[in-house]
Amino acid sequence: MGGHRGSDHHAEDQRRDQLGIVRTEADGEAGAVPPVPPPSSRIRAIPARHPGRWVATALVLVVLVLFLIGVATSKNFQWDVVGQFFGSSSIVHALFLTLELTAYAMVIGIALGVVVAVMRLSPVPVVSGTSWLYIWFFRGTPVLVQIIFWYNIALLTGQHPAAGIPFTHVVFFHIGVNKLVTPVVAAVLGLGLNEAAYMAEIVRAGILSVDEGQREAALSLGMNRLQTLRLIVLPQAMRVIIPPTGNETISMLKTSSLASVIGVAELVGTTDIIAGRTFQWIPLLITISLWYLIVTSILTGGQFYVERYFARGSTGMLPPTPLQRLRALFTRNVTEFHGRPPRVPGAGRPHL
Amino acid sequence: MTVSAAAVKAEGVVKSFGRQEALRGIDLEVAPGEVVVIVGASGSGKSTLLRCINHLEKIDAGRLWVDGELVGYVQKGDKLYELPDKEIARNRSKIGMVFQRFHVFPHMTALENVMVGPVEVLQVEKKEARERAQSLLDRVGLGARASAYPAQLSGGQQQRVAIARALAMRPALMLFDEPTSALDPELVKEVLDVMKDLAHEGITMIVVTHEMGFAREVADRLIFMDEGVVVEAGTPAQVISSPQHARTKTFMSKIL
Repeated sequence: MGGHRGSDHHAEDQRRDQLGIVRTEADGEAGAVPPVPPPSSRIRAIPARHPGRWVATALVLVVLVLFLIGVATSKNFQWDVVGQFFGSSSIVHALFLTLELTAYAMVIGIALGVVVAVMRLSPVPVVSGTSWLYIWFFRGTPVLVQIIFWYNIALLTGQHPAAGIPFTHVVFFHIGVNKLVTPVVAAVLGLGLNEAAYMAEIVRAGILSVDEGQREAALSLGMNRLQTLRLIVLPQAMRVIIPPTGNETISMLKTSSLASVIGVAELVGTTDIIAGRTFQWIPLLITISLWYLIVTSILTGGQFYVERYFARGSTGMLPPTPLQRLRALFTRNVTEFHGRPPRVPGAGRPHL
Repeated sequence: MTVSAAAVKAEGVVKSFGRQEALRGIDLEVAPGEVVVIVGASGSGKSTLLRCINHLEKIDAGRLWVDGELVGYVQKGDKLYELPDKEIARNRSKIGMVFQRFHVFPHMTALENVMVGPVEVLQVEKKEARERAQSLLDRVGLGARASAYPAQLSGGQQQRVAIARALAMRPALMLFDEPTSALDPELVKEVLDVMKDLAHEGITMIVVTHEMGFAREVADRLIFMDEGVVVEAGTPAQVISSPQHARTKTFMSKIL
């Protein structure tokens, strides 16, 4: 082990090099890495015993194992049927429709949400007031009602409303509402417009979280309002915006199932159709739940990396990626691993 | 309206925040190339005056000129017209501002911080802007840290990046708003040294600071402000060593 200790110091130096920390007299806080104590003086003690923790572990494990055995062996779960449905074309097709609904609704939600948030912060009263009204309305009515509303929009507009200049007889063309607003479009509109109201509040919170001094620094460089927003404020706001947006996306994945009410054959809609015929409710519900869980897991992983990207330069030490963690686990015994710093730079104290 | 070629000229400038009067009639003239240091107790209006000069604050009364042009307005006949945002931004781009709390952009490297102004505002080509940014970082002694993010830099280093960022716009005038007040004592010197170099190069500077040593060494003129007015002005030696006004005397006796 003695030989490894030596390389330990070396590893520490390497770590500092990677972070670009150079010891200079003007280093100040950034370079204040405490020296590693010499190997001989490191504390080596026998860890305290925690019998309570072992009892708790055993109890929870017993309950967990019993539950899993029950789930795995019970005939009522019909796992063989789950296996048949899991990769079946109707379920996979439904899965893609669910993903499509989620993606389109979130794109509309985020794009419109940014616009509504910026409007909300506008100095022009009519603009900010309109934004307030939008949020008030779309947040204040159930999304299910909004979806059904869009589905029935032809009742409001008529089948073939004219597009032209208002208050004149000028008509460019007639819109075929029922062709334009299919159930999928109605669902995307309902979900997306509703989401925009929530996203607007998330984006607004992000914008407000950026230090006022950042805006002033940008203005004093001669940037206009739009440049300041695009180059300085929004990139920093992203750190605050991303985590709740991830939540919203994951939530949208499941909320999109409301589209089944207007006959869209996404995961829940398809389950409804098949089980209505075959009464295989339990295995079908398990099948789609598994799919929802799988997609949620993928989204969670994606969110982790997006967050890391926007945390660049802002946090002290970024959390290691799962891969880095795995690597650390295997290398620990060999070189007394201290946690490899990520490649994304970012060291020292967190910024204001 | 022809105004002498003063870099900055203020006539009876008044600024209030609600019922709080920050500036109560400031008269001031700064010649091109002059280094003016403003001192005064906190709340005396020093920072507000700087912020008015690049129109981060709108003045309520009086007139303020930078480089012979009214700040934020244009005068036609006896009427004042507010300048459009675009013009205000253009005028601001000619004035460098350094803040007490640095306000470097944390999501950009030191180099990107210095590049962003020329690239986005002056439409300088990226390659050229990068070279200039690098040479400016060299000049403030941070050439080797160009790719560091602000969080990896000490306060003094961040402030030097902020100075380089302001210089990248080739400003005719530099405003320093207590540039060393947020720094640990041992980091003050490195920032002051950069500022001293600038002063010797003949750039017009207005510096709000409590660093009397700096004022004594580089200021052409020292101005003492109290309760929103200029109480006393003169050479640093005069104002520091033999203040005429009672309020100046009290202030100097407290900080020296």
